[in-house]
Amino acid sequence: MSNQVKLLQGNEACVEGAVLAGVRFFAGYPITPSTEIAEGMARRLPRIGGRFIQMEDEIASMAAIIGASCAGSKSMTATSGPGFSLMQENLGYAYITETPCVVVDVQRGGPSTGLPTKISQSDTMQAAYGTHGDYYAIVLAPSSVEESLHLTVKAVNYSEMYRTPVIVLLDEVLGHMREKVVIPALDEIEVQERRRPAVPPDWYKHYAITATGVSAMASFGEGYRFNVTGLTHDELGFPTAVPREIKAMLDKLKDKVVKNADAIAEFESTEMDDDPKVAILSYGIVSRAAKQAVAMAREQRLKVGAIRPKTIWPLSESKVRDLLKPVRQLIVAELNQGQLINMVKQCIDRNHTELIPLQKYDGELITPSEILHKIKEVKHHAN
Amino acid sequence: MTDTPEKVEEKASPQQSEPVKSKWDAEHPPLTIFYHWCKACNICIAFCPQKVFEPDRDGKPNMVRPEDCTQCAFCWLHCPDLAIVSNEK
Amino acid sequence: MQTKSDIVHHYLRPKKKFPHVWCSGCGLGVILGSLIRSIDALQMPKDDIVVCSGIGCSSRLPVYIDFNTLHTTHGRAIAFATGVKFSNPRLKVIVVTGDGDCLAIGGNHFIHACRRNIDITVILVNNWIYGMTGGQFSPTTPTGKIGSTAPYGNIEQTFDPTKLAIAAGAAYVARSTVYHVDQLDKMIKGGLEKKGFSVVEVISNCHTYFGRLNKEGDAVEMLTWMKAHAMPIQAARKLPPEKMEGKFVTGLLHDEEKQEYCDRYAQLSEDLMKKTEARP
Repeated sequence: MSNQVKLLQGNEACVEGAVLAGVRFFAGYPITPSTEIAEGMARRLPRIGGRFIQMEDEIASMAAIIGASCAGSKSMTATSGPGFSLMQENLGYAYITETPCVVVDVQRGGPSTGLPTKISQSDTMQAAYGTHGDYYAIVLAPSSVEESLHLTVKAVNYSEMYRTPVIVLLDEVLGHMREKVVIPALDEIEVQERRRPAVPPDWYKHYAITATGVSAMASFGEGYRFNVTGLTHDELGFPTAVPREIKAMLDKLKDKVVKNADAIAEFESTEMDDDPKVAILSYGIVSRAAKQAVAMAREQRLKVGAIRPKTIWPLSESKVRDLLKPVRQLIVAELNQGQLINMVKQCIDRNHTELIPLQKYDGELITPSEILHKIKEVKHHAN
Repeated sequence: MTDTPEKVEEKASPQQSEPVKSKWDAEHPPLTIFYHWCKACNICIAFCPQKVFEPDRDGKPNMVRPEDCTQCAFCWLHCPDLAIVSNEK
Repeated sequence: MQTKSDIVHHYLRPKKKFPHVWCSGCGLGVILGSLIRSIDALQMPKDDIVVCSGIGCSSRLPVYIDFNTLHTTHGRAIAFATGVKFSNPRLKVIVVTGDGDCLAIGGNHFIHACRRNIDITVILVNNWIYGMTGGQFSPTTPTGKIGSTAPYGNIEQTFDPTKLAIAAGAAYVARSTVYHVDQLDKMIKGGLEKKGFSVVEVISNCHTYFGRLNKEGDAVEMLTWMKAHAMPIQAARKLPPEKMEGKFVTGLLHDEEKQEYCDRYAQLSEDLMKKTEARP
């Protein structure tokens, strides 16, 4: 199948990416602005031997994709703020049971019903810290329709590689706007599968402690009759109250993400080669305005660069520090009252780099000129 | 096996002269009991239609009248601890 | 030669600690035995059986049995099971859930799974109380009865889960008790064999909380009550209403031929794929 060029919405690109990555089970519930993903899956999956089901609510949708994943399918759901909140308990179940699955959160104004048809990035922290208990998320954030396709493929791959749920953060604008997308042929993209057990059933441990922190995973119906529980469990998957085993399980959930943070965390830099002292940090659709602002500033001979995390979590402290080595003032531009800025705070040396918030939360986008204005303001104070 | 054990009729045997000798006795107990699994809930003791059991000092079933057992299966069907198995082959 | 009495032990997980976790005399042990005998009667490979559960005393059952077992979150077992079954219809999917787990927090998933008529068998253990958390009243605690959160008597009405299931569209609905074990085996086996959503409500004794709080005695006394108050449906149909006073109906309450959800979707998918093959 040669490459196809299409004009797609971000939501539609997620469907293409998921299908390419091998997702054959989708359970969802209608919610603006993510419904097009469910609609796309409802059309595509039955045509390719996949399964789509609209569940009675988002709690059930999250439960169904975990059940399907345990039974051997790559599975996904999509929602927005209110549904994402409903999914949190079962998302935590996917974390503790280490069950691969992907959740696309197309952000809208919050909290609560908020601004269903308007943009925000106010689920940023919820994507990494939304459910209770110690756990370590992988959160990806595309900034274009084409990247929505590729990061959905990456999300499915990471969920299989690290045996964990992966969150993909879009927003109302990215989800609905249309852009040109080159749909890659299957052989042009890398598709990962969960690691298969290398031992016969009687020796199989569904949560074997391994060097990488990731255990091989059998599926229901393959002769490995194992137990999956949301209770803290031992390597066999049986509930345990033994302190040593409790700690070992929680360290396992941490190590497999934190120890691989450098491999997972990805950033895009713009105009950072000449070590600008001032830079803008932003993700998703806002980073497009930031790039534009940097170009406008450079035209006015203002030395400034931009940094964009493709992974909101894990951020990888070492990578962030490397990127920010030259930067004395970091403008953090986001569509909320300060969330990414809090996550970055934990990674940087604030004596070296001052964090300057640029926050908009009125349902509108931050414009390039607004960012340019901030750059000038910061530069003016600096010298 | 019927559910209402009270209606268990005596097995009428053709020669009424001498009583039918039961298959079970102390040496050949009708049942095997896993005392480690038994939680002394008293269900088997209370409901056994033949009163085969008496509670031991832990309240667990002792087969004091093994010969009376008719293998009606009530005890092991109702044992919440799965602690009784019939020795009937 | 395996006698019927030790079939159960061939399905228990040797790596699990026995005696099990439930209180002395709890009906759940009887249900565990009944479920295993019914599954054994199907003569299906253990690998093809998935037993899900939510949270509560009843939901600690699957961990003891040598199948694919999924112990999920409170009230959501049926939603998880839908994902397992619908993604992999070859698997025989069973849910073990309690009156609180299934009918309170899980009520929404219960009625929608009935409506879809997906091929899942639900063992709904009804002991009229939340046992695991210490005796709170549940949607089936009879009005007037005591629970730790209804210290002055439950003021709420209850609903009959079998009527709820039938009204919502379940294809097979039955009720039995942990006293009528032969009948229970039959009802569960019928549910497992049924193609469609099947619900077996099992009246079970929680003497630790419901019995103690309501002075209804120990396990033996609660089982005696069940024996005296259950009325098999064949007999109940012939009795005038006043004779049914205080009695509850047991046996096969509903058995309807209906198209099953996974079959319906598989048919749809097959037709679509034939059409797309016709014009690539």
